[in-house]
Amino acid sequence: MMSIPMEHGLILAGVLFAFGLAGVLMRRNVIFILMFIEVMLNAAGLAFVVAGSKWNQADGQVMFIFILTMAAAEVSVGLALVLKFYHKFRTLDADAASRMRG
Amino acid sequence: MLELLWLIPCLPFAGFIVLAVAGKRIEPRAVAFVGVGSVAASAVISVIVAVDFMTAPPPGYAYTQTIWQWLDVAGFSPGVTFYLDALSTVMMLVVTIVGFLIHLYSSEFMEEDEGYSRFFAYMNLFVGSMLVLLLARNLLLFYLGWEGVGLCSYLLIGFWYKDPNNGYAARKAFVVTRVGDAAMAVGLFLLYNGLGTLQIQELMQRAHQSWSSGSLLPVAAAALLLGGAVGKSAQLPLQTWLPDAMAGPTPVSALIHAATMVTAGVYIIARTHVLFELAPPVLAAVAVIGALTLLLSGFSAITQKDIKRVLAYSTISQIGYMFLALGVGAWSAAIFHFMTHAFFKALLFLGAGVIIHGLHHEHDMFKMGGLRKQLPVTFWTFLIGSASLSAIPLVTAGFFSKDQIIWLAWSSGRGGTWLWAAGVAGALLTSIYTFRMVFITFFGEAHAQVSKRPGLRMIIPLVVLAFLSVTGGYIQLPAIMGNITVFSGFLHTALPPVRPLSGERMEWILEIIAVVISLGGVLVAWLFFLRTRGLATRLAETSPGMLLHRFWFSGWAFDWVYDLLFVRPFVWLARINRDDFMDLAYAGLAWYNRSLNRILSLTQNGRVRFYAMGIALGAIITVAIAVLR
Repeated sequence: MMSIPMEHGLILAGVLFAFGLAGVLMRRNVIFILMFIEVMLNAAGLAFVVAGSKWNQADGQVMFIFILTMAAAEVSVGLALVLKFYHKFRTLDADAASRMRG
Repeated sequence: MLELLWLIPCLPFAGFIVLAVAGKRIEPRAVAFVGVGSVAASAVISVIVAVDFMTAPPPGYAYTQTIWQWLDVAGFSPGVTFYLDALSTVMMLVVTIVGFLIHLYSSEFMEEDEGYSRFFAYMNLFVGSMLVLLLARNLLLFYLGWEGVGLCSYLLIGFWYKDPNNGYAARKAFVVTRVGDAAMAVGLFLLYNGLGTLQIQELMQRAHQSWSSGSLLPVAAAALLLGGAVGKSAQLPLQTWLPDAMAGPTPVSALIHAATMVTAGVYIIARTHVLFELAPPVLAAVAVIGALTLLLSGFSAITQKDIKRVLAYSTISQIGYMFLALGVGAWSAAIFHFMTHAFFKALLFLGAGVIIHGLHHEHDMFKMGGLRKQLPVTFWTFLIGSASLSAIPLVTAGFFSKDQIIWLAWSSGRGGTWLWAAGVAGALLTSIYTFRMVFITFFGEAHAQVSKRPGLRMIIPLVVLAFLSVTGGYIQLPAIMGNITVFSGFLHTALPPVRPLSGERMEWILEIIAVVISLGGVLVAWLFFLRTRGLATRLAETSPGMLLHRFWFSGWAFDWVYDLLFVRPFVWLARINRDDFMDLAYAGLAWYNRSLNRILSLTQNGRVRFYAMGIALGAIITVAIAVLR
């Protein structure tokens, strides 16, 4: 099986990451923000996996499992926060939480 | 007994401290006891010291007493040292005795005033400072007393501070005298710089040795000291504060603005006469200033309505006589006139105080009238004071002192016809305005009813001062009338005598002219202000008369000119520079910080996405730097 060149994988990871970042910055809905964070994490994970396969090492996949675990923990905390957020503000708009007078 | 000298200035200071600390808590009777008692004790001690000084003179006719070392830096070591010689003995006696009489008078005059203890505290502080000024051996201590009396003058002019006009008068007096004081301070610096000491006797000695007559340094130093004297003694061109100083209580005017403080300028010139003799142009200026001042303020006095302002202009005019005497080198004549003037002018002010007290603070003479029968004692003593002021011959002290000055203005080596003529014209003016005041106030029909009659504490000072105003002159009679020289003989141990150049015949002629002039003034006053009352009014109603009247009434429009030249430009400058332009730099710094803060605080807006963008941007920039470097 012809292996996919590393550049392709890394470009895909970079595009995904940029896509995720743009989403975090642009969406106002808290849930979507969490989802785009998820995309960014997976982009980073993909970069690890691609790099691991390039050097024929398992470390990349180990790192991906770490990231996956961390992402699960993050989502559980994040969703709990979203619930409280909705409870308090009756909306999912992240900008509604701006209480500072700046 | 000379060792008691230090008690004389210290007792009034002690009185001041007691009254300042406990004045509110003790009864008015106790306040009067402390206030009057301290000055009385000081008067008694000064009589004892003076008698001792005269009967058993210390070596060199001078007694020195150091009570402590003030400071000692790099060879400059002024001590709190008192110096008693004939000059300071005379001044000290007059200040304490007249001061005591005025304190006694005030204890009744101010009785109903709520600031009773404050008043006596200030008065005691004044007497103490004045004595320090007189007894100081070095010019630094002298300057302390000099500023002390200036401060008390300010405090007492503005004593009734609830009226803003009084505060204004007080500030005016303070600021105008400050102009002179600044000159005097520079003069002291100059003396110290040139001669290396401020101790008066040594200073005079060194000046005599190392400075030649008429050279730049003594002329400059003497001119600067003269500036201080002119400010304090309300002479031309700094005389404008004294008429307004009448806003203070009447005993204050009697003590500070007639008898004692305003003559401090005369004292310092007499004290440093060696320096002034080294500066002939300045000495001539002293005479000219005196002559001009006595004429200008004499004219102003004729037109005043307020009885105290008449007396104020009269004071300026009489101090003008003292300056005239100093300017022609008749040192002891100036001090003699200071003494008699202190007696009769304090008497006149206290008499005016009785009237003002009895008429509910009425100052306008034209609303008085006919008080002769209602206030007999005041009338007779006031008449004696007026006679002394206008130099009625032979029976008054003022005659002997003033005519000595006029005679010496003619005959002393530094005198001249013009100075003599000014003195004689001034004598005419003096009698006119004095008896105008007497006739308007005490004669004619009564316009007001006296509601309060003076008690014993006000009568006694009047009678004693009247007695002194008559007899005070007999200790010094002119050569042609008995030739008694007790006073000048005593003073000549401290001040050089003056030798008249003209002979006895001339003295007779001039004496008779002076007598005729001063009696003529009384006659003129009688003619204009008693016999045909309307005459003066009609004269003042013609258009040149009105102009002249207004001009004189305003004191030769000096206030107007100064207002235009100094006050207005200064106020204008102050207004445009309201926010001090030096502050601009600091204000700019503050503005810069504040706007930076405003910009930065905009970033703290609480929006999560904005923060995320910050993080992203920061990360990109960091990576970019890491990659591109």
